[in-house]
Amino acid sequence: MHRNHVITSISIFIEKNRRALSALLVLSAMMIILMIASPQVFLNPLMYRSIFKTLPMFFILTSAMVFVIVSGELDLSFESVIGLAGWIFVLTLKSGLSPYLGVLFALIAGAFVGFINGVLVTRLGLSSFVSTIGMRFLIRGLIHIGTQGEGIQVTYLNGTPFYNTFLGSIWGFPVNMLWGLGFVVLSVLLFSYHRFGAQISCIGDNQESSREMGINVATIKTLAFVYMGIASAIVAVQFTLTNQTFYPGTGEGILLVVLAAVFIGGTPGWGGIGTIVGTAIGACIVKLIESGTVAMGVSYLFKQFFYGLIVILALIGHKLNEKRYRY
Amino acid sequence: MKTKFLELKNVSKSFGKVNALERVNFYIKGEPEIVSLIGDNGAGKSTLIKIISGIHTLNYGEIYINSKKMKNWSVIKSRASGIETVYQDRALAFQQTIARNIFMGRELTGIFGFLKSKLQFAEADRLMRTIGFTSKAFASDSIVNKLSGGERQGVAIARALYFKANLMILDEPTTALSLTESEKVFDFIRHAKESGTSCIFITHNVYHAYSVSDRYVILDRGEIVMETDREHTTAEQLVKDMQKIAQSHDKVREGIKNGRS
Repeated sequence: MHRNHVITSISIFIEKNRRALSALLVLSAMMIILMIASPQVFLNPLMYRSIFKTLPMFFILTSAMVFVIVSGELDLSFESVIGLAGWIFVLTLKSGLSPYLGVLFALIAGAFVGFINGVLVTRLGLSSFVSTIGMRFLIRGLIHIGTQGEGIQVTYLNGTPFYNTFLGSIWGFPVNMLWGLGFVVLSVLLFSYHRFGAQISCIGDNQESSREMGINVATIKTLAFVYMGIASAIVAVQFTLTNQTFYPGTGEGILLVVLAAVFIGGTPGWGGIGTIVGTAIGACIVKLIESGTVAMGVSYLFKQFFYGLIVILALIGHKLNEKRYRY
Repeated sequence: MKTKFLELKNVSKSFGKVNALERVNFYIKGEPEIVSLIGDNGAGKSTLIKIISGIHTLNYGEIYINSKKMKNWSVIKSRASGIETVYQDRALAFQQTIARNIFMGRELTGIFGFLKSKLQFAEADRLMRTIGFTSKAFASDSIVNKLSGGERQGVAIARALYFKANLMILDEPTTALSLTESEKVFDFIRHAKESGTSCIFITHNVYHAYSVSDRYVILDRGEIVMETDREHTTAEQLVKDMQKIAQSHDKVREGIKNGRS
């Protein structure tokens, strides 16, 4: 009797968290294979130190992206929002203002771009795929014009209390990771335990019905874009502090990697369902490929191949896991 | 006798030159009843329903709720009066749970908007039982796409019931369903009536209409041409009456062909 109850509870848990658990399976398999194949790299704590430095940024970006994708949209502009927010951050510093104010202005900038993205999609009815690509180029262009192609250094912040808030360590554990994990926890709360997440899911699943039942589709979708904008701003500050410099290309090069992490993690492209935890695991997988290939001395060309392979295998795996009902 | 819940007096609606409804007098009693709205395509059933639910404005006539005349009738006022419409396929989010569908847009929340998931689960459970949903394989946290067609309609009906709808309008709920599944839907509707909700049931299928309704209202070309109830007719008689109406169309067509106006 007791055993039956335990088995039922476990199978219910597996059923409800199928996608995240599949992603975990992939991650575990990968780590085992890599540890056997290249133990000098993957059993070396130093490599994980280096992964922990940039993993939080992926956690933050991918968690926010889940909301946008589950609502049925895409945000391809976030790289440029990172650039914009980073630029505003350093401009504030250059003006002699407090770095905390710089963070605030960066967040406002990110939220504002998110708001614009939301308005373009919900009020003007533009396809998010196209309009966010447009914003990507528009904003990056503005940055180039504004900076005249020159970077700005912020090395003088090293060692300050502000710096330690974002990049310090607590008992050897990087604070950066705490920010990242904290954002993931916040996202899980919003997605699975809050009305916001419930409505985002309904909108992505059946927008017409959601509207008829009184959900404010325009506002909720816009909020998802705003959340993505805020996430981008946080990452911009982290990135600028980590590299101790802002350059006009800040943020570029991570678009496909972030999307890959989301899809590997088990959030499908069609909206309505998603998993924050799965996405965080997807981010770990992606980061492992990236840092692992570099540490193993494998050529850049192989890295691309592995990304593609893992994405396709993960998608096939998720597909076999669950069939989407056409209606 | 109790005052009527809903009454439409002399209601007319046209779209450009097309008269969709002409001088229609329609009512729903104060006590819960199930009324079938029968008619061919273009008879005006959809228009009548959309007027009741506030989507279309009437060109002429009056609407009364509990004998009180309603001005500037709208979707919001209709909802506020306890009138809920359930559309055939578009009503539910198939990848979400039953509970989430029932509370779509009307989520039960605590502080800061956090969901009262346990309460939603329990309430959804209670509602599904109220309409007679007895499947042991599913609970309120089952995903809707795992349910059969009739069961899905049940979820939509339960949703209409949650906010104590006085009147539920079902637009062709059984058209795409098998016989067994249709029976399930009729059962849900009967239970809904027992718990105090009237139902307007639009259908092409006279047998389905007869099986579940108390009253039958037949529309043809924008007018109510016949009104009867279960005591005064049978399914076969209704079918004959529908055929007579269809034949009168043919007669008019024949007449026009032969040069008569």
